[in-house]
Amino acid sequence: MTVALPPAARRRRDRTTLYVWLFLTPTVLLYGAFTVYPIVGSYVYSLTDWNGFDASPSFIGLANYQEVLADPMFWSSFRLTLTFMLVAVPIQVLATLLIAIVLNSPRMPLRKLFRTALFLPVVTTTAIVGVVMQFVFDPASGPVNLALREAGLAPDGVDFLGQSSTALGTTIGVYVWKWFGITLVYWLAALQTVPNEVYEAARLDGAGALATLRHITMPLLKPFLVIITLLSVEASLQVFDLVLTMTNGGPFYSTEVIEVYIYRWAFAATVPRLGYASAAAVLFGLFVCLVGMVQLLAMRATRRTRGMA
Amino acid sequence: MNAATVLRRLPWWLAAAALAIGCLIWIYPFLWMVSASFKTSAEVFTKGLDLLPDAPEWANYERAWVEAEFGKYLLNTVIITVCTVVVVVVRCAMTGYVLARHEFRGRKLIMGVLVATLFVPAGYTIIPLVDLSQKLGLLNSLTGIILAMSGAANVAAILLYFGYFRGIPKELTEAALIDGAGFATIFFRVMLPLAKPVTATVTVLTFLSTWNAFFLPLVFTFSRPDLRTVSVGMLAFVGENATDWSGMAAAATISLLPVVVLFVVLQRYFIEGIAGAVKS
Repeated sequence: MTVALPPAARRRRDRTTLYVWLFLTPTVLLYGAFTVYPIVGSYVYSLTDWNGFDASPSFIGLANYQEVLADPMFWSSFRLTLTFMLVAVPIQVLATLLIAIVLNSPRMPLRKLFRTALFLPVVTTTAIVGVVMQFVFDPASGPVNLALREAGLAPDGVDFLGQSSTALGTTIGVYVWKWFGITLVYWLAALQTVPNEVYEAARLDGAGALATLRHITMPLLKPFLVIITLLSVEASLQVFDLVLTMTNGGPFYSTEVIEVYIYRWAFAATVPRLGYASAAAVLFGLFVCLVGMVQLLAMRATRRTRGMA
Repeated sequence: MNAATVLRRLPWWLAAAALAIGCLIWIYPFLWMVSASFKTSAEVFTKGLDLLPDAPEWANYERAWVEAEFGKYLLNTVIITVCTVVVVVVRCAMTGYVLARHEFRGRKLIMGVLVATLFVPAGYTIIPLVDLSQKLGLLNSLTGIILAMSGAANVAAILLYFGYFRGIPKELTEAALIDGAGFATIFFRVMLPLAKPVTATVTVLTFLSTWNAFFLPLVFTFSRPDLRTVSVGMLAFVGENATDWSGMAAAATISLLPVVVLFVVLQRYFIEGIAGAVKS
C-alpha cells in the first residue's frame, strides 16, 4: 500500500511524520531526562552504595532494601505518611463538600467573598507558610497561645510543634487549612455540572432541600468524589515542604513523613547515602503508584455503574 | 420585606455570619504576619494579638530586602515560574495535540509511558535527577531549575490537552488543509487558540506548583545562595536569624504579597482554571 502512494502524497506524509516528531521533541527530551530517566535510575541507584562524592557507586545488590525494610524509622515514617493521608483526606474532602454546598446556593449572601478568603492560603508559598506557622504556634508569643491564654484555656501555653504528642496533629491541621481552598473549588466546579433544570423539576415535584440533596445532588457528585479523593490522596502522600519547614520532621521524628526521610538520607546527612535513600524512594514510589492504580480502577468502576444506570 | 421573607432568609444570614467569623480566623495568620512585619522585635512579643503597631517599622523591610536579599529571591522565583509555565504549556500542548490527532509509530509506547508515570512522587526522582543535572552542568543554575521543573511530571497537563484536541471535529482540520495551511499553522493558528480553557487550567496549575516549589530549588541551590527562590531563601533566613521574627515576617510578606495581589486581580481565571482540572 505504501508503494502505491503517489509521490506528492508520500512527501506530505513524510513531512507530517517529521512534524509529529518535531512536536514531540521537547517532551521526549525534558520528560525523558527529568522524569523517565530518574525513575529508571532510582532502581539502579537503589542497588548501589554511594555517598555522592566518590567517582562511581559500587554495586551491592539488594542490601539497601534489606536495610530499609529492617529500619524501624522507615516504617515509622511510612506509618506517619499513612496517618497523614487517612486523617487529612477525609476532613479535606468532606468538610469542603459541606461548605461548597452552602456556598453554591444563590441564596447565600457574600459567597464570593467567602470563597476568596478560603482560597487565599492555596496561592501562598507552602515553605513560607511553614515558617510563618512556626511562630503562629510559638508557645511564648504566638497568637494561638496568646488567644488560648486570654480565653483561660491554657495558662501555661501549649508547645504545639515542640512536643511529639501534638506536632503531627498540628501539621495535619495546617496542611488541611493550606489546601482546603483547592478542594473547595473542585467541589464547586462539580456542583456547577448539575443542571439547574434538575433542581427545578425536583422542586416542582415537591422535594425539600434535604431530599434534593440526598436523591439528586449526591448521586450526581459520586464520580467527582472519586476524582477529588484521588487528587487529594496523591497530594497528601507527597507532603514535604510544609513538614520540612514547620517541624523538620521533629520533634523526635514524630512528623518525619517518607519524603522527609528520603531527604534526610540523601541530602541532610553528613555522609549522604544516595543508594539507601533511593531504595526507600523506590519502595515509596511503588506504594504511591499502587494507591493511584487502585483509585483509577475504582474510578473506572463508578463510570461503568453510571453508564448502566 | 415582610416577616415571612425575613424568617425565610434568616438561616442564610446566620450561616453567613458564622462563615464570616470562620473566614476571619482563616486569614488571621496572614493579617498577623503583615502586622508583625511592621512591629519592632520587642513589640512582636509585647503587643500580643493587637494587629496595629505603635509606629510602622520600615527597617524590617529594609533588612529583608537588602540584607537578606529577598528582592533577588523574588526575581529568581518570578523568572523560574514564568519560564517554566511557558515551556510546560507549549510542550504539553504540542504533545497532547500530536498524540490526539496523529497516528505514528511509537505513539502507543509514548502514551503508555505517560500514563504509567502519572503519579510519580517528587522524592522518588530527585536523586538521579540531581545527579544527571550535575553531569550536564545544569546544577547550580536557573536554567537547570527551569529545565528540571518543566520536565518533571506534567502528565496531567498533556492528558488535558489530549482529551480536548481529541474532541475537536476532523472537518476543522480538513477545512484548514484545503485552505493550504501546513502542520504548524493548523496547530498554532487553529488548535492552540481553540484550547484556551485548557491553557488557562494548565497555566494556573503550573504557576501554583512552580511558585510553590521547594524540593527542587532547594537541592539545586545548595552551593549557590544567590539563585535561591523565596521559599528556599525563607528557610535559610530562619536558619541564620532564628531570632529576627519581625525581619522574617517582612520577608514572608514580600514573598507572599505579589502572588496574593495577582490572585485577587485575576481571581476569576484562577478559580475557573482550577475548576477546569476537575470538570474534564
